[in-house]
Amino acid sequence: MTIQGLVDSGMFAIVNEGEERSREISTVFCCDLLSIAMGRAPAGCAWVTVMGNMNTLAVAALADAACIIMAEGATLDEAAMKKAKGQGITVMGTDLPIFEAALNVYQALKGPSGNAQA
Amino acid sequence: MGDAIVLNYEISPDDFTRAGEASSDVKGKLKQLGISPEAVRKVAIAMYEGEINMVIHAKGGGITVEITPVQIKMVLADVGPGIPDVEKAMKAGYSTAPDEVRNLGFGAGMGLPNMKKYTDEMDIDTVIGVGTTITMVVKL
Repeated sequence: MTIQGLVDSGMFAIVNEGEERSREISTVFCCDLLSIAMGRAPAGCAWVTVMGNMNTLAVAALADAACIIMAEGATLDEAAMKKAKGQGITVMGTDLPIFEAALNVYQALKGPSGNAQA
Repeated sequence: MGDAIVLNYEISPDDFTRAGEASSDVKGKLKQLGISPEAVRKVAIAMYEGEINMVIHAKGGGITVEITPVQIKMVLADVGPGIPDVEKAMKAGYSTAPDEVRNLGFGAGMGLPNMKKYTDEMDIDTVIGVGTTITMVVKL
Protein backbone atom coordinates (compact mmCIF):
# COMPACT_ATOMS: atom_id res chain seq x y z
CA MET A 1 0.00 0.00 0.00
CA THR A 2 1.22 3.48 -0.82
CA ILE A 3 1.10 6.55 1.42
CA GLN A 4 -1.66 7.89 -0.83
CA GLY A 5 -3.53 4.60 -0.43
CA LEU A 6 -3.46 4.97 3.34
CA VAL A 7 -4.55 8.61 3.07
CA ASP A 8 -7.44 7.59 0.77
CA SER A 9 -8.49 4.71 3.05
CA GLY A 10 -10.11 7.25 5.36
CA MET A 11 -8.71 5.31 8.31
CA PHE A 12 -7.08 8.40 9.74
CA ALA A 13 -7.55 12.16 9.78
CA ILE A 14 -5.12 14.00 7.54
CA VAL A 15 -2.88 16.40 9.44
CA ASN A 16 -0.46 17.16 6.62
CA GLU A 17 -0.30 15.81 3.09
CA GLY A 18 3.36 15.44 2.25
CA GLU A 19 5.32 14.72 -0.90
CA GLU A 20 6.21 11.36 -2.48
CA ARG A 21 2.79 9.91 -1.66
CA SER A 22 3.20 7.22 -4.29
CA ARG A 23 5.87 5.65 -2.08
CA GLU A 24 5.12 2.14 -0.80
CA ILE A 25 4.76 1.70 2.96
CA SER A 26 7.18 -1.06 3.97
CA THR A 27 5.80 -1.88 7.41
CA VAL A 28 4.32 -0.33 10.54
CA PHE A 29 6.47 0.78 13.46
CA CYS A 30 5.50 1.93 16.98
CA CYS A 31 7.72 3.92 19.31
CA ASP A 32 7.57 7.13 21.33
CA LEU A 33 11.16 7.35 22.36
CA LEU A 34 12.91 9.24 19.58
CA SER A 35 16.31 7.83 20.52
CA ILE A 36 15.01 4.32 19.88
CA ALA A 37 13.01 5.28 16.80
CA MET A 38 16.09 6.86 15.26
CA GLY A 39 17.97 3.59 15.36
CA ARG A 40 15.14 1.16 14.80
CA ALA A 41 12.47 2.69 12.56
CA PRO A 42 12.66 0.75 9.28
CA ALA A 43 13.00 2.78 6.08
CA GLY A 44 9.61 3.36 4.49
CA CYS A 45 7.62 2.58 7.64
CA ALA A 46 4.36 4.10 8.81
CA TRP A 47 5.42 5.33 12.23
CA VAL A 48 2.77 5.39 14.96
CA THR A 49 3.57 7.63 17.93
CA VAL A 50 2.12 10.10 20.43
CA MET A 51 5.24 12.26 20.40
CA GLY A 52 4.39 15.35 18.37
CA ASN A 53 7.31 17.72 18.68
CA MET A 54 9.48 18.89 15.81
CA ASN A 55 12.18 16.38 16.60
CA THR A 56 9.68 13.65 15.70
CA LEU A 57 9.60 15.15 12.20
CA ALA A 58 13.39 15.36 12.05
CA VAL A 59 13.70 11.70 13.05
CA ALA A 60 11.05 10.67 10.50
CA ALA A 61 12.87 12.54 7.74
CA LEU A 62 16.34 11.29 8.62
CA ALA A 63 15.37 7.69 9.36
CA ASP A 64 13.40 7.80 6.10
CA ALA A 65 9.97 6.88 7.48
CA ALA A 66 7.18 6.99 4.87
CA CYS A 67 4.66 8.78 7.10
CA ILE A 68 3.73 9.52 10.71
CA ILE A 69 0.48 8.54 12.43
CA MET A 70 -0.30 10.43 15.63
CA ALA A 71 -2.31 8.12 17.92
CA GLU A 72 -4.33 8.74 21.10
CA GLY A 73 -5.51 12.09 19.76
CA ALA A 74 -1.98 13.48 20.03
CA THR A 75 -1.32 16.58 17.94
CA LEU A 76 1.69 18.27 16.41
CA ASP A 77 2.79 21.48 18.07
CA GLU A 78 3.16 24.56 15.90
CA ALA A 79 6.88 24.13 15.22
CA ALA A 80 6.34 20.48 14.33
CA MET A 81 3.52 21.37 11.92
CA LYS A 82 5.76 23.88 10.19
CA LYS A 83 8.48 21.28 9.89
CA ALA A 84 6.04 18.71 8.48
CA LYS A 85 5.03 21.18 5.77
CA GLY A 86 8.62 22.28 5.14
CA GLN A 87 9.94 18.73 4.84
CA GLY A 88 6.92 17.42 2.95
CA ILE A 89 6.15 14.66 5.45
CA THR A 90 2.69 13.09 5.47
CA VAL A 91 1.19 13.12 8.97
CA MET A 92 -2.12 11.52 9.93
CA GLY A 93 -4.00 11.41 13.21
CA THR A 94 -6.42 9.24 15.15
CA ASP A 95 -8.01 8.97 18.60
CA LEU A 96 -7.26 5.24 18.60
CA PRO A 97 -4.61 3.89 20.96
CA ILE A 98 -1.23 3.13 19.40
CA PHE A 99 -1.82 -0.62 19.17
CA GLU A 100 -5.19 -0.36 17.41
CA ALA A 101 -3.91 2.32 15.05
CA ALA A 102 -0.89 0.19 14.15
CA LEU A 103 -2.99 -2.96 13.83
CA ASN A 104 -5.27 -1.20 11.35
CA VAL A 105 -2.29 -0.18 9.24
CA TYR A 106 -0.82 -3.66 9.53
CA GLN A 107 -4.03 -5.29 8.34
CA ALA A 108 -4.28 -2.83 5.50
CA LEU A 109 -0.75 -3.78 4.46
CA LYS A 110 -1.02 -7.55 4.96
CA GLY A 111 -4.71 -8.21 4.41
CA PRO A 112 -7.40 -8.82 7.06
CA SER A 113 -5.88 -12.07 8.35
CA GLY A 114 -2.88 -9.99 9.30
CA ASN A 115 -0.68 -13.04 9.11
CA ALA A 116 2.94 -12.00 8.91
CA GLN A 117 3.93 -15.37 7.54
CA ALA A 118 1.49 -15.15 4.65
CA MET B 1 41.50 12.61 -3.13
CA GLY B 2 40.95 15.06 -5.95
CA ASP B 3 37.22 14.73 -6.33
CA ALA B 4 36.24 15.04 -2.68
CA ILE B 5 33.30 17.27 -1.81
CA VAL B 6 33.61 18.95 1.58
CA LEU B 7 30.66 20.40 3.51
CA ASN B 8 31.00 22.43 6.71
CA TYR B 9 28.34 23.12 9.35
CA GLU B 10 28.25 25.07 12.56
CA ILE B 11 26.07 23.63 15.33
CA SER B 12 24.51 26.00 17.87
CA PRO B 13 24.21 24.79 21.46
CA ASP B 14 20.83 24.37 23.20
CA ASP B 15 18.85 25.02 20.04
CA PHE B 16 16.51 22.08 19.59
CA THR B 17 14.49 23.92 16.99
CA ARG B 18 17.46 23.77 14.62
CA ALA B 19 18.86 20.39 15.62
CA GLY B 20 18.85 18.18 12.58
CA GLU B 21 19.17 20.95 10.00
CA ALA B 22 22.76 20.07 9.15
CA SER B 23 21.92 16.37 8.85
CA SER B 24 18.89 17.16 6.67
CA ASP B 25 21.05 19.31 4.41
CA VAL B 26 23.64 16.54 4.05
CA LYS B 27 20.89 14.01 3.35
CA GLY B 28 19.52 16.20 0.56
CA LYS B 29 22.94 16.74 -0.99
CA LEU B 30 23.83 13.02 -0.87
CA LYS B 31 20.52 12.20 -2.56
CA GLN B 32 21.30 14.73 -5.30
CA LEU B 33 24.69 13.12 -5.79
CA GLY B 34 22.98 9.79 -6.43
CA ILE B 35 24.41 8.04 -3.36
CA SER B 36 22.48 4.82 -2.58
CA PRO B 37 19.44 5.33 -0.30
CA GLU B 38 20.88 2.87 2.21
CA ALA B 39 24.13 4.82 2.58
CA VAL B 40 22.22 8.12 2.72
CA ARG B 41 20.09 6.78 5.54
CA LYS B 42 23.12 5.54 7.49
CA VAL B 43 24.86 8.91 7.21
CA ALA B 44 21.67 10.82 8.09
CA ILE B 45 21.00 8.76 11.23
CA ALA B 46 24.60 8.73 12.48
CA MET B 47 25.08 12.43 11.85
CA TYR B 48 21.76 13.42 13.42
CA GLU B 49 22.61 11.49 16.58
CA GLY B 50 25.93 13.30 16.71
CA GLU B 51 24.28 16.63 16.04
CA ILE B 52 21.76 16.08 18.84
CA ASN B 53 24.58 15.12 21.20
CA MET B 54 26.36 18.36 20.41
CA VAL B 55 23.18 20.32 21.16
CA ILE B 56 22.46 18.43 24.40
CA HIS B 57 25.89 17.99 25.92
CA ALA B 58 28.31 20.41 24.32
CA LYS B 59 28.49 24.11 23.70
CA GLY B 60 27.94 23.52 20.02
CA GLY B 61 30.72 22.84 17.57
CA GLY B 62 31.38 22.08 13.94
CA ILE B 63 30.72 19.23 11.56
CA THR B 64 32.73 18.53 8.44
CA VAL B 65 31.49 16.01 5.90
CA GLU B 66 33.85 14.76 3.22
CA ILE B 67 32.35 12.86 0.33
CA THR B 68 34.56 10.82 -1.98
CA PRO B 69 33.66 8.08 -4.47
CA VAL B 70 34.51 5.42 -1.89
CA GLN B 71 33.29 6.80 1.43
CA ILE B 72 31.57 9.52 3.41
CA LYS B 73 33.55 10.77 6.37
CA MET B 74 31.95 12.88 9.11
CA VAL B 75 34.04 14.72 11.67
CA LEU B 76 32.04 16.18 14.56
CA ALA B 77 34.14 18.40 16.80
CA ASP B 78 32.59 20.04 19.83
CA VAL B 79 33.68 22.35 22.59
CA GLY B 80 32.18 20.55 25.53
CA PRO B 81 32.75 18.76 28.79
CA GLY B 82 34.27 15.66 27.19
CA ILE B 83 33.12 12.10 27.89
CA PRO B 84 34.49 10.83 31.23
CA ASP B 85 33.90 7.14 30.48
CA VAL B 86 33.64 6.33 26.78
CA GLU B 87 33.04 2.63 27.39
CA LYS B 88 30.06 3.42 29.61
CA ALA B 89 28.74 6.03 27.14
CA MET B 90 28.85 3.43 24.36
CA LYS B 91 26.53 1.13 26.35
CA ALA B 92 22.92 1.19 25.15
CA GLY B 93 20.73 2.76 27.82
CA TYR B 94 23.42 4.79 29.57
CA SER B 95 22.62 8.49 29.48
CA THR B 96 23.52 11.69 31.29
CA ALA B 97 20.92 13.78 29.45
CA PRO B 98 18.87 16.20 31.60
CA ASP B 99 15.11 15.80 32.17
CA GLU B 100 14.04 18.47 29.67
CA VAL B 101 15.84 16.54 26.96
CA ARG B 102 14.13 13.31 28.02
CA ASN B 103 10.78 15.07 27.82
CA LEU B 104 11.48 15.71 24.15
CA GLY B 105 11.90 11.98 23.60
CA PHE B 106 15.67 11.82 23.68
CA GLY B 107 18.12 10.77 26.35
CA ALA B 108 17.51 7.04 26.12
CA GLY B 109 21.22 6.41 25.90
CA MET B 110 21.08 5.20 22.30
CA GLY B 111 23.00 8.00 20.59
CA LEU B 112 26.53 6.63 20.53
CA PRO B 113 25.39 2.99 20.04
CA ASN B 114 23.26 4.11 17.07
CA MET B 115 26.20 6.00 15.60
CA LYS B 116 28.36 2.90 15.83
CA LYS B 117 25.60 0.70 14.42
CA TYR B 118 25.11 2.84 11.31
CA THR B 119 28.75 3.51 10.43
CA ASP B 120 31.61 1.32 9.25
CA GLU B 121 34.25 3.11 11.30
CA MET B 122 33.92 5.27 14.39
CA ASP B 123 36.56 6.91 16.51
CA ILE B 124 36.03 9.00 19.66
CA ASP B 125 38.71 11.42 20.75
CA THR B 126 37.70 13.14 23.97
CA VAL B 127 39.46 15.37 26.47
CA ILE B 128 37.73 16.30 29.74
CA GLY B 129 36.96 20.00 29.88
CA VAL B 130 38.12 20.59 26.32
CA GLY B 131 35.81 18.74 23.97
CA THR B 132 35.08 15.68 21.91
CA THR B 133 35.83 14.88 18.29
CA ILE B 134 34.00 11.96 16.74
CA THR B 135 35.03 10.68 13.35
CA MET B 136 32.67 8.37 11.49
CA VAL B 137 32.99 6.72 8.10
CA VAL B 138 30.29 5.16 5.94
CA LYS B 139 31.80 3.17 3.06
CA LEU B 140 30.14 3.35 -0.32
